[in-house]
Amino acid sequence: MILKKLVLAAAGVAVGVTGFAVSQAKAAEQFIPSLVYRTGPFAPGGIPFADGAMDYYKLLNERDGGINGVKLVIEECDTAYNNDRGVECYERLKNKGSTGAAVFSPLSTGITYALIDRATKDKIPIFSMGYGRTDASDGRVFPYVFTAPSTYWSQASALVKYIGSQEGGMANLKGKKIALVYLDGAYGKEPIPTLKLLAKKYGFSFSGFPVTYPGLEQKATWLTIGRKLRPDWIFMWGWGVMNQTAIKEAANVGFPMNRFIGNWWSGAEGDTVPAGKAAIGYKSSAFHAPGQNFLVHLDILKYVYAKGNGTTTEAKVGQVLYNRGLINSVFVTEAIRTAMGKYGNKPMTGEQVRWGFENLNMSKAKLAKLGLSGFMKPFKLSCLDHEGGSPLRIQEWKGSQWEFVSDWIEPMKDIVRPMIEASAAKYAAEKGITPRKCDGTD
Amino acid sequence: MFYREAGQFKTSYSADQAIFPIRQDRNFLVALFIFAYLAVPMIANEYWLSTILLPFLVFGLAALGLNILTGYAGQLSLGTGGFMATGAFAAYKLAVAFPDMNIVFVFLLSGVVTAIVGVLFGIPSLRIKGFYLAVATLAAQFFLVWVYNKFGWFTNYSSSGVISAPPRAVFGDFFVTGSSAGAIEKYLFTLTLVLVLALAAKNIVRSHIGRSWMAIRDMDIAAEIIGIKPLATKLTAFAVSSFYIGIAGALWAFIYTSSVEASAFDISRSFQILFMIIIGGLGSVMGSFLGAAFIVLLPIFLSNAPTLFGVTVAVDIISHVEFMIFGALIIFFLIVEPHGLARLWQVGKEKLRLWPFPY
Repeated sequence: MILKKLVLAAAGVAVGVTGFAVSQAKAAEQFIPSLVYRTGPFAPGGIPFADGAMDYYKLLNERDGGINGVKLVIEECDTAYNNDRGVECYERLKNKGSTGAAVFSPLSTGITYALIDRATKDKIPIFSMGYGRTDASDGRVFPYVFTAPSTYWSQASALVKYIGSQEGGMANLKGKKIALVYLDGAYGKEPIPTLKLLAKKYGFSFSGFPVTYPGLEQKATWLTIGRKLRPDWIFMWGWGVMNQTAIKEAANVGFPMNRFIGNWWSGAEGDTVPAGKAAIGYKSSAFHAPGQNFLVHLDILKYVYAKGNGTTTEAKVGQVLYNRGLINSVFVTEAIRTAMGKYGNKPMTGEQVRWGFENLNMSKAKLAKLGLSGFMKPFKLSCLDHEGGSPLRIQEWKGSQWEFVSDWIEPMKDIVRPMIEASAAKYAAEKGITPRKCDGTD
Repeated sequence: MFYREAGQFKTSYSADQAIFPIRQDRNFLVALFIFAYLAVPMIANEYWLSTILLPFLVFGLAALGLNILTGYAGQLSLGTGGFMATGAFAAYKLAVAFPDMNIVFVFLLSGVVTAIVGVLFGIPSLRIKGFYLAVATLAAQFFLVWVYNKFGWFTNYSSSGVISAPPRAVFGDFFVTGSSAGAIEKYLFTLTLVLVLALAAKNIVRSHIGRSWMAIRDMDIAAEIIGIKPLATKLTAFAVSSFYIGIAGALWAFIYTSSVEASAFDISRSFQILFMIIIGGLGSVMGSFLGAAFIVLLPIFLSNAPTLFGVTVAVDIISHVEFMIFGALIIFFLIVEPHGLARLWQVGKEKLRLWPFPY
């Protein structure tokens, strides 16, 4: 009796598995996987990002019927910001749809690292927008990884440039003390080489303060910073609950908020609202605008939310991380559109989307056409440069919303690019990769 | 009926001491090996091989390592993550420093390095026991991960502290690491390594070393009185256990994820592996793999289940439900069978002997 039940159960599972394997999208649909984290310790940051990304795909499907008539099919997979779960999601989704997954946005530096080898082998582009492996910006060594529109190294250089302007010139940085508070891991460590190099160049002293995951306990760190080191400026590479804790602790030791600048993952409503009044004056960098005053938001409200299809609530449309997710989808879909310009209006394979990314030109006219005038600066990618090096701006928390307080700041490309190339060359040597030439022959 | 050893006479000492004395067990294992080596690579797709079977094998090996220490020698350890990290970073340093060394030796040597580190952290076990030893090994966990995070030498000064496996072949074109390695090659290589090590472990625990471990576990004073040296016994347990865990860590970094940072081996990894052996069964080679299967495969199955049955559910709800079911199942199994899945297997075998005429 039991044996019979077991056999039946096994047969049931087997049938289920085969059914799972054949359930694929129809021929004229483009499959785009979406790795998200709506659960886990970083969910407060992951949810608005996932909502923004999803809403833009919904808008394209509702308003334009997809991209050039090819409907988009999106499937989310929850990684919980966990590397092995991310790999599992990747393997689960990579072959779905008629042409396989178009592109993966891992949404985590750790997952990006874990996927680079796999995606290169499977010929699926990895789009790590403003995170991940900075030296992957060298398209000769990393043909399938894109870091547009900017990287942590570019960002660090732009931040140094910003405080230079606040101090009245780069020469005044000499003798200043700059501290970096970072989440101890691949993500937080990324900017350190750049900051060390710039410290040498401009004569400021640099000290790093690692914060152990998830970053709820920072008392000792901030006592050292606030009472002992007393830096002139503090940068933060934090994420999730670490950010609000840091803001509160900085206020506790009396560090002036207007000299505390987060990176673009440390400057959203979820970081400042819980810190209350203490957060007023806290700054962060951003490569795109906050708020819902752009044409694209009006369209999202009209075509998606008015029909009751919204992923979140109307009030949350236009939050910093919502807009970040939205622009991620914009780049992904524009890369697909660019690829269709060459290969025809049909679902694109990963390899074709890669071509689309390498020839992506987010010009002013294109941004205007997408309803994103003034949302961000134009940039352009190429075989050589997978970053684009878009300029960024500093935004400040005013107590109820984020506002820009600086003009667009160009990163120091002359310093960052050689570092990228040197690091990528080292990686290529270690992994035995022959870099592409990028002269049109390969 | 099917599983009855009546009539299988042992006529020599070697037959009596064979690793699997019952013929049905041998047949089952041979069938399992044939299935694992021939059928699985043919029927399993890449998803199954690289995200289900590979982590299962790697975790199974790590759990086996911990089981040797905790299940057989009775030394509770929370340093598994740290030892896995040691194996991973040792393998990376060895593979990069000696590009011509065969990857098999890289893995074995990284196991040896971890064994040395494990012995160092095992020294306190001579004076402290039980929960106090758990705290001492906890220090190993935090210290080792901190070291690999802090000092750039271990990652060859990679800016982000992430190591990435260089491409290596076992022989000729049979690449098992790097971007040119196929899922089948990786699977077969890992399977072979894990199988050899598991059979070795099965034999070690039947030998005088294993018996002295169990004597120490059951009552260390009594064991000392009958002539078992506690120092040597406990340290060999730490060495052998760390050797296995180190190789598991190297396999994790090189074969499974192919790039890894120290924080992948944090305290939750140690707990995960401890739970595997608790659920699988303390003091059982088989139990290590059953526990690994339970902890690794069940969450993946649960998160795939709604798609399997054609139901569309929001991903966050799936994740939350997955946690709830997983937790409930752990409690259920521990209530029904506190000695783990291996004991359940044992009970099943005993029942099968009498089937279909139980008395």
